[in-house]
This record gives sequence, structure tokens and C-alpha cells, in this order.
Amino acid sequence: MTLTTENPARDLNELNELNEPRELRDLHHLMSRMTGAEKHGPAASSTLDALWVLYDRVLRVAPETATDQGRDRFLLSKGHGPMAYYAVLAAKGFLDPAVLDTFGQYDSPLGHHPDRTLVPGVEIGSGSLGHGLPLGVGTALGLRAQGLLDPAVWVLIGDAELDEGSNHEAISYAGAAGLDRLHTVVIDNQSATHGWYGGIASHFATAGWSTATVDGRDHDALHAAFTAPHPGRPHAVVAVVEPKN
Amino acid sequence: MMRDRFISTASALLDEDPRVAVVLADISAASFDDAAAAHPDRVINVGIREQLLVSVTGGLALTGMRPIAHTFGSFLVERPFEQVKLDLGHQGVGAVLVSALGSYDWPAGGRTHMSPGDVALLDTLPGWTVHVPGHPDEAEALLRDAAAGDGLVYVRLSAQSNAVARQVVPGRFLTVRQGAPGGDGPVVVAVGPVLDDVLEATEGLDVTVLYATTVRPFDAVALRAALAGRGSADVVVVEPYLAGTSVPFVTEALDDRAHRVLGLGVSREELRHYGTMAEHIAAHGLDARALRRRITDWAPESLR
Repeated sequence: MTLTTENPARDLNELNELNEPRELRDLHHLMSRMTGAEKHGPAASSTLDALWVLYDRVLRVAPETATDQGRDRFLLSKGHGPMAYYAVLAAKGFLDPAVLDTFGQYDSPLGHHPDRTLVPGVEIGSGSLGHGLPLGVGTALGLRAQGLLDPAVWVLIGDAELDEGSNHEAISYAGAAGLDRLHTVVIDNQSATHGWYGGIASHFATAGWSTATVDGRDHDALHAAFTAPHPGRPHAVVAVVEPKN
Repeated sequence: MMRDRFISTASALLDEDPRVAVVLADISAASFDDAAAAHPDRVINVGIREQLLVSVTGGLALTGMRPIAHTFGSFLVERPFEQVKLDLGHQGVGAVLVSALGSYDWPAGGRTHMSPGDVALLDTLPGWTVHVPGHPDEAEALLRDAAAGDGLVYVRLSAQSNAVARQVVPGRFLTVRQGAPGGDGPVVVAVGPVLDDVLEATEGLDVTVLYATTVRPFDAVALRAALAGRGSADVVVVEPYLAGTSVPFVTEALDDRAHRVLGLGVSREELRHYGTMAEHIAAHGLDARALRRRITDWAPESLR
């Protein structure tokens, strides 16, 4: 879909009804068990397409390999609004969909920010912004130190989350260290208060990262960006979606 | 020096245990050059990035490594405190944090390089073991014990040191002076490098002195056992960091009996002076002469 429409939320709803693949309709249904609404605006589902393409076509991890040392790691850093994440985990069998109905309750494993000690397949607890990418750097270093050169580490962050300075410690170090098993997806819904001068990708590129900027709703474009070769460098994919506001 | 012993011990641990990684933020990095050459993937210097220092430590632990992170206390615990809280404890992983400079080791460096609040900050978090060695040999023993485990361990090194090492057991207080049976004088808990000053201060006084090189968990069993031989329930804690930090743990250990407790340590107020470590120890009232006066002023008449 185009990114310059006057009312992207309306367009998203139309997309849901007219063009949406069956999997995405199922994901919206799973999300509705947490949100109480069948249709979700851009904010709630900004991560949904990127998450789905990662778990469906890129990440080499499944419920039965969720604790294997050789698995790919996905770290959700942007812990706010995790309904899309939980829905994808349920769709892929990490979670019993019935658990989604307990979202946010006292005894539920599913909080409004995820806790890795409570949810199978969740690699980090997040919520406070700016922790996932630095943890991902350590994870990539730990795998390398153990001779595990194949597993990929993926971290999902938001464009506003990039405001946190801790990300920039991680970005500059990972580029200098050439951590080529580290990948970052930046969901760009243009919610950073002061924007990112020069574009988000440029801040990674100047630190030595490989970068791609794509339509965050286009599954084939996401897949191509996620799987682009980037020898010797970490890789950042900026997935542009509808503006939050 | 404890810091030199840390470097040699951590370097040996890298040779001995493939789980061990050393994470640095420029401080002490040159001293690990040989270890880094031998173990390029397990000696990680992230540059002057202390948030990343702690988060990388958490990430390494998530993959099953046993990371040892090191810099000055100000930049290891205080500056990246949220990373300590979330990227270690909240993730359910363990790590070893080893600090240098303590509360007053480099007074000429001023307030920016003093961390008298480090132990108090860690006390707001669950699960931390805190070692405060008083001699390089003790630092080595406690570091080795920490590296062999899986938990959250803080090792607080200092340039201040006692003349001789004791045979310390991780987690246990050691009785180094026994008061007369039934005597009125207090039990004095001396933490790490303050021991020599405490022993000098209490020379000739009827007190029991316990030596604490592990302060968390707090050895309540040893404290209660020491008090069982005394005629009072008076406890003095002398710590080389923020005064009173361990007082709540004394209170908890003795919550079933009336008692009195005096917490001595580094004052909360900034001194805004430079000079030497000895001058700062005296300014905080922690030299032997001041300790003797403060303890006897507080203790029962019979001790004076």
C-alpha cells in the first residue's frame, strides 16, 4: 500500500477485508483475543507484517527447537504493544491460543510487556526501551565465542525507541566489531518526536552496517531485505509503515 | 593490589574455563592485552560504553557464558544501573561484576570516581551476592568462587587492604576476636578492608569482632551465634561504603529480640576535598582513632 494516503487506518481496514492473506486474517483474529477488536489500527499492528515474515520465512526456530543452542534468536526490544508478537507466537505453536484470552491478568504469562521467564520462545524481557539491541550484541558475541557461527540474532526496535542513547552504543560497537550475525529491524512509523535527520538507515550505515529500507507491509520486499547478503557487517532493515499519528 | 590480582586471576580463568568471558569498557583493557591475544572472542572491550558493557554481559549470559564485567564502581553499578536491574536480574541470568576504586581509593579524582552507594543500590535488587575482599588473596579466592557459580555476584575491589589475608569462606563471617563470655561490649562486624583499623580501634576492649568478606547474603547465623556469647545485644557494623548500608540486615537478623545497632561507614555528604585515601578515611571517621572513640562513646559505660 502507499505510504502517503490521507487516512492510512481506513486503508488498512480495507486491505484487511479485500487483499489480506489468510494468515494475516488469522493473526488479526488471534490479536482480537487480547484487544477485543477484530480490526486493528496501524499502531497495534505496526510490527505485524515484519514479525510474520520473520517467523514464517526467515527465523530458523520452532517450538521444538526453542531452547537449542543452534537456534536463531529473535529479541523483541520494542516491548510496547506486544499483541502482534503474541499472536505470531500462537500462530506458530509457541503458545496455546487460549492463553491469549488471559492477556494482562495477574496470573497470565502474557503482560503488556513480555517476560522471557514466563513465555516459551520469548528471548528477552522488554518494555524499557533501548535494551534489546545491546542485549543482541552480547548474544551475537556469546554465540561467536562458543563457535556457533551460524545462528542469526534478530532484534526488533521502533523508530522512536532509537532516541534511547543505549542503542547508539550498540550500533557503533556492532559496526566496528563487524558482527555479521546481528540483524535489526526498525519499525518506522515516524513516531520519534524529533525525527531522524538524514533518515534512519543512514545512522546505521555511517556506523558500518549494511542497510535496506522497505515498505513494512510488503511481505516480499521484507523477505528480500531480511535475506540480503551482508558479509562482514551487521544488517539493518528499516520497515516503513503508516505514521502513528 | 587487588586490581592486579583481579587481572591475573581473570586471565587464568579465561585459560581454565571456556565459559568465562571478560567484558571491559576501556578501563584496565591494556592489562588484558595478552589474554585478549589468547582468547580474542572472550576478552571483549566495548570502548567507553558502560550501558553496553552491562547489556553485553547480559547477552553473553543468555547464551550460556559466564561473563565477568569490570570497570570503576561509578561506571559499573551507578551509571548503568537500569541495565544491571533489567539486562541481568530481570532476564533471569547471572554474571560477575568486578569494580575498582570503591568509595575513596582515588580522592584526587574527586566525586566522579567515588561510588559509596554501590552496595546500597544493589540492595534494591533481589539475588545479588556481594563480596568485599580485604586482601588480594581473598579477592582471588572470592573471584574464583564467583566465576565457578551461575548467580549474580558483585566483587568490590579496593586499594585499601589489610596486612594479612584471612582464610575466608564465601558467604560466611569469620570470628577474628572473641570477647569475654557474657561481656557487655558489642559485636563489631568489620567489612573487608576496614578490618585492620577495626582491630586496632578495639585493641584491649571487650568486644567480639566478626570479619565479613561476603556481605550479601548477610551471615545472620554468625551474628546470632556471636551475640549468644555476649551480655548485650549491641552490634556495630563498619563498612567501607555508605554508612548504615547493612543496618537493615542486622535488624532483620535480630528481628525477634531487642537490640541496638550502630552503622559506621562513608558519610552521605560530599567532602569536596582531594588529597589521599588516608585523609578521606579519616574524614569519614573510619581511621582507628576515630573508630575507637565512636564505638566507645556508643557502647555501655563498662567499655569506656
